[in-house]
Amino acid sequence: MPENRTRPAYRIIGKAAPRPDAWAKVFGDTAYAHDYTVPGMLCAKVLRSRHPAARVLSIDTGDAEKLPGVDAVLTAKDVPNNETATRFGQTHQVGGFEGLYRVLAEKKIRFKGEAVALVAATSEAVAEEALGLIHVEYEPLEGVFDPVEAKQAGAYQVGEDESNVICSYKVRKGDVEEGFKLADVVVEQTYRVPMVDHAYLEPESGVAWLDQDGVITIRSATQVIEHFRGIADVLGVSHNRVRIIAPMLGGGFGGKEDITVETYLALLVWKTRKPVSLTYTREESIRSHGKRHPYVMRYKTGATKAGKLVALEAELTSDAGGYVYLSPWVLLYSTVGATGPYDIPHVKVDSETVLTNNTFSSANRGFGAPQVCFACESQLDELAKQLGLSPLEIRRKNYLRTGDALATGRVLEHSVETEQTADRALEALGEPSGPSSPTERIGRGIASSMTSYGRMTFLHDTSRALVSIEMDGSVSVRCGLQDVGGGQASSLAQIAAEVLGVPMEDVTVYVGDSALTPLAGTTTATRLLYMSGNATKKAATAVRHSLVKKAADLLDVDPEELAMGDRQIYSAGDPDRAVALERVVKACAADGIPLYDVAQFNAPARELIDFQTGQGQVFPDFTFGTQAMEVSVDIETGAVKVLKIVSCYDVGQAINTLSAEGQLHGGALYGLGYGMMEEVVLDKGNTLTPSFAEYLIPSAVDVPDVKTIMIESGGGVGPFGAKGLGEPSCVPAAAAFANAVSDAIGARVCDLPVTPERILKALGRF
Amino acid sequence: MNVECTLEVNGSSTTLQVAPSARLIDVLREDLGLTGTKEGCGNGECGSCTVLLDGRPVNACLLVALEVEGRAVTTIEGLLGPGGKLSHVQQAFVETGGIQCGFCTPGMIMSATALLEATPAPSDAEIRDALVGNLCRCTGYAQIIESVRAAAELIGPGSGGETPR
Repeated sequence: MPENRTRPAYRIIGKAAPRPDAWAKVFGDTAYAHDYTVPGMLCAKVLRSRHPAARVLSIDTGDAEKLPGVDAVLTAKDVPNNETATRFGQTHQVGGFEGLYRVLAEKKIRFKGEAVALVAATSEAVAEEALGLIHVEYEPLEGVFDPVEAKQAGAYQVGEDESNVICSYKVRKGDVEEGFKLADVVVEQTYRVPMVDHAYLEPESGVAWLDQDGVITIRSATQVIEHFRGIADVLGVSHNRVRIIAPMLGGGFGGKEDITVETYLALLVWKTRKPVSLTYTREESIRSHGKRHPYVMRYKTGATKAGKLVALEAELTSDAGGYVYLSPWVLLYSTVGATGPYDIPHVKVDSETVLTNNTFSSANRGFGAPQVCFACESQLDELAKQLGLSPLEIRRKNYLRTGDALATGRVLEHSVETEQTADRALEALGEPSGPSSPTERIGRGIASSMTSYGRMTFLHDTSRALVSIEMDGSVSVRCGLQDVGGGQASSLAQIAAEVLGVPMEDVTVYVGDSALTPLAGTTTATRLLYMSGNATKKAATAVRHSLVKKAADLLDVDPEELAMGDRQIYSAGDPDRAVALERVVKACAADGIPLYDVAQFNAPARELIDFQTGQGQVFPDFTFGTQAMEVSVDIETGAVKVLKIVSCYDVGQAINTLSAEGQLHGGALYGLGYGMMEEVVLDKGNTLTPSFAEYLIPSAVDVPDVKTIMIESGGGVGPFGAKGLGEPSCVPAAAAFANAVSDAIGARVCDLPVTPERILKALGRF
Repeated sequence: MNVECTLEVNGSSTTLQVAPSARLIDVLREDLGLTGTKEGCGNGECGSCTVLLDGRPVNACLLVALEVEGRAVTTIEGLLGPGGKLSHVQQAFVETGGIQCGFCTPGMIMSATALLEATPAPSDAEIRDALVGNLCRCTGYAQIIESVRAAAELIGPGSGGETPR
């Protein structure tokens, strides 16, 4: 159970409750994107480029079109607006962040696996055969596959007329040269982190059809139903002619934030006027959807003898792959987060994101945070080692505290409990384990992180929810969110039940329909609980006010005295003075008092930051936490066993402790996979790891149970003081793992993943 | 050319016309409408399509339907007891939070069901071993393993036969 604060007396908030969606999932009844069929639906397939860099000279679809059972073959020339700009479901347009988005390849191929043509046919086998009958003539080009090489003058140009360097940022605080003069110890290192996949168990999938009014309706596994606007723009139809429905997702982690199958489905439905389904194979998913950005990070950090950080200089280069997608935004997160949760007087950060002919990179859980966390936390441990301090000591001397300013000038006005999370995480590791063989070395590591929740403030983010109470006192919530499996819809049920004094089973939550549920924005950026939770609380509170006012009339008491619970409204001082909720609802209905409310929650709206100095506010708030690990390393083989993992976070206020703990468990392993084993291996743009036999993620035998500790400061900006956990929970794990290995072997591995080979190399074994 | 195929699924026998190469997962999902069995990789690497074949967990994406004629196939839909009663394993997964996105859940539950059938009081190592072929990306496995422990408690010592098949 979470600890710390004197907990307010909530009935439902902060309890461990099975989620309403759990039952359908154990029955096998949940209809994911691929489980839904429409009579007469065609099967679609995508022809993908065999080359990472090439010029498309010609495409001949004649033979494919003649194949019996083929309804449509589409190429770039069939797409009304094939070239558009990437936008990500936000309603506020922000310049400088948009890149070319090409639906189907034309002119230059920019990565291997880029979509070249689409087929819709009566069966998967026919569609597959038709792909083989499309004749594409390519002129292979040399390409560029290293981001540092790609940004040099004279490098191969990935696009037609755009620079390989997509954008760059700077953060300037103090004078970093002067800062290093104050340092007694300076460490400098270059760190490299790989491309990784989201590896959700459900591949990209959807079904689309034209409804009776001619609206293109797409039911797909997406984190963003508001892509309907972008898809309508590609087709050249008005925005209200495209509707997206998001069923329960089989995991997202940022990989279903960009458009996946939706535009292809819309084009094929528009062309054939028939329903069409499209599901990626696992290989297609790994080869061609967006990845986590590989980074090269040069860090230099200085500290005094006492362990106070005085200067940090970082140069970040991220590999965007073939298209821009979310790269500028991911890079901005890394740039702001480059200094970690630490107070450093002199800071200089320079960052660039660069096009290459690798698979494109985009959103992945943590969104630019795990990369810099690994580099920054490695530097902290190297400084500690040279200064003879423990990893905890050096961190304690430097943690930012409430009221301190980041290097970007942003003052942390809300709760900052990083130090407590570090103390508690390390303490929970308990007594050190002893080595079980002469070649085994035991090591411990910690890493702390500060990770944002909520989208960037210059996007002027909003969410809406509609809460209504039915004539029998049951409650409906309608909110255009996407449930990626983290309990997103369930949390709204708990919030509405808490506010309206009903049990959770009295609440039904309708989500994920761009035509029918109030638009609530993306399920990304750890914004869902913060944004839609606040909107739901606001709407439920408005309904509550109407009900309480009516109950006060009926009971002849002051509304201030009334409480709600157990489907009743009662006097807090005299609980026998009560009226049934159902009776109050009927009385309101008879008087024409609205029994619903649509509320909009607006995040703080700020202007763009200054890109030359990095000064300004980028995020609404941050979640702080620390992960600690104990590992054993066999110095003969380099094999590592993770013996203990602790994850400690200030969660603000857990809404459902079962779900919050689940995020902490899952996040720690997601991050540990990044540190320990995961890598999309590319050879000149060709993915060598296109299956789960080659792309390894943690299995049940690879790791021990994660011990979770939740601190509840109540200091978040989410409902009831909650903070966001989805992304923050995965960020420090890779760094903590690398620090633990380094502690065990007395040498540092500067590249992720920290594999047995790299460990032996660091030990000088080869 | 399709051929006749008689399958015993969840206790009832069905005869269908299938392609000789039709995979068990496709026949279950498309011909029998049993979409609780999920396809996550199609290569037998993720375990999302785990079903029981004569009580033992197998990947339905790796089997040809004709291969399993005359053998008892149990899918997630076959675990419900009389009157829609949840099996102990299903009950434990709901209550202990062994579920996030739910895509791996049917496969996990099938593997856990087979384990508890054979080993009613498994050690943690036995639980982890039994689930090694079922990948989960959301939960970090902790609450899944806890759910299996809780199911073993529900079943009680020495009563391995109680978990519905």
